[in-house]
Amino acid sequence: MGSVRIQREDFDAAAETRALTQGRADVGAIVTFTGLCRDEGASLSALELEHYPGMAEEEIGRVVEQAQARWPLLGVTVLHRYGKIAPGENIVLVVTTSSHRAAAFEAAEFLMDYLKTRAPFWKKEHRRDGTQGDWVEAKDADDRALERWGHPQA
Amino acid sequence: MKAVYFAWVRERIGRTEEIVSPPAEVVTVGDLIGWLIQRGEEYAYAFEKPNVIRAAIDRKHVRHDAPIAGAGEVAFFPPMTGG
Repeated sequence: MGSVRIQREDFDAAAETRALTQGRADVGAIVTFTGLCRDEGASLSALELEHYPGMAEEEIGRVVEQAQARWPLLGVTVLHRYGKIAPGENIVLVVTTSSHRAAAFEAAEFLMDYLKTRAPFWKKEHRRDGTQGDWVEAKDADDRALERWGHPQA
Repeated sequence: MKAVYFAWVRERIGRTEEIVSPPAEVVTVGDLIGWLIQRGEEYAYAFEKPNVIRAAIDRKHVRHDAPIAGAGEVAFFPPMTGG
């Protein structure tokens, strides 16, 4: 029931949503989250996302299993891109479906909070002036976001 | 066992992966970091703040006190910034 894909290509959030609802009448709520590449200072030409092939799929799969154990979900799709991604382009998609909205909302937020701190992806900046950018630093706020879920850490 | 490196850990060491054969007294992930640091400046630079470094054994997150016995692949990387 959970689908996890790691891919270089862009994704179509509407098509992914349709795939979770087509041919069934029990879905009462769909929550879709799309994370985009953001340029704060008009200096970014792209983010380059490096990932750990194999572990990225497996780790997100483990987080999806936790979400499924915790909420009565009818469907979950997580897509995460890697490679060079320009400002305004999609990076990540989380779709959750359930009978009622609370489970879908909460599970989508849980999935994103865990994905940010546990999925093995790293962002490197490429600047418009052609100079080598920095690796994006992890934020304490992302770690703190886990606290409300009573985070079990490795 | 295979050691694999990602992001700035990979850049600082200058390679993506290698086969390592640590001696028997290297028991934990933390010991392995200490042993790698002895191998050269590039490792010392990559692991200059060992507490920051995250590790995985056979593609599962582990803490630095995890034993490496039986590991096929040990990965070292910075805190993750996906999503």
